[in-house]
Amino acid sequence: MPVSIEELAVSSNFGTKRTIVGAHYGLRDWLSQRVTAVAMAIFSIALLVQVLLPGDGTYTWWSAIFSNNWMKQLTLIAVISIAWHAWVGMRDIWMDYVKPVAVKLVLQVITIVWLLGCAGWALQVLWRL
Amino acid sequence: MNPRLRQAGTVYRNIHVSQIARYRLPLAGFVSILHRISGAALFLVLPVIVWLLDRSLSSEVTFAEFARAFSSGVGFFPGWLVKFWVWEVVGAWLGHFFAGLRHLWMDVTHSVSAPQGKVSAQLTLFVSGGIWLLIGAKLAGLY
Repeated sequence: MPVSIEELAVSSNFGTKRTIVGAHYGLRDWLSQRVTAVAMAIFSIALLVQVLLPGDGTYTWWSAIFSNNWMKQLTLIAVISIAWHAWVGMRDIWMDYVKPVAVKLVLQVITIVWLLGCAGWALQVLWRL
Repeated sequence: MNPRLRQAGTVYRNIHVSQIARYRLPLAGFVSILHRISGAALFLVLPVIVWLLDRSLSSEVTFAEFARAFSSGVGFFPGWLVKFWVWEVVGAWLGHFFAGLRHLWMDVTHSVSAPQGKVSAQLTLFVSGGIWLLIGAKLAGLY
């Protein structure tokens, strides 16, 4: 007889393989912090190289950099990476320094709204090009 | 607890906020807290960075407004203050970038001993600080 998802979920809560510590987001956060960092580093270097290449410094030159299709995709990935990376970092800061659960929750919600707002705005700018 | 530590009578306890200024942090710890502070600072100024992106990319007119911000200022902020602010943000970014590279290097090479931590912390401060000063000199028109 096949085992349902519900049964699998329950089965991890007892027996020798039961979950005994933490929420297990440690490794995921550790890894996502590094993957998003590498994505942002690639974007930063790609932007820096294009800015340092000969150019006249006009609006046409500057907007052309971001109008390239590959640069648009890279910027999209960088924007998502910044939001994700900053969320993990800021949540760590709130968890380390803010003890009252209510205050921590409010700060975390503000952080999410702040980051989603910034990311949405940046993507709007990018999409208009 | 390690019995040797107990013998020596070492007691570890959290220090009070007022003691932070007098606490002598090892260089690796200094880079670590700078990494956190620069990250939080970048988070706080994120809307301004997106605003600069918006102004510089939206149109010719807004680009001119963006360029003017660095010479004649924007709102009641003079141009030199805008330049100085951008320099600070670039500094936070540089510090955060190289401190992050240091972490990646430690992850890849398992360089987690105290002497390695000190050397990589020195290198992080030297490289990010050096580039930051060069950019500062450029923004100030020294070369």
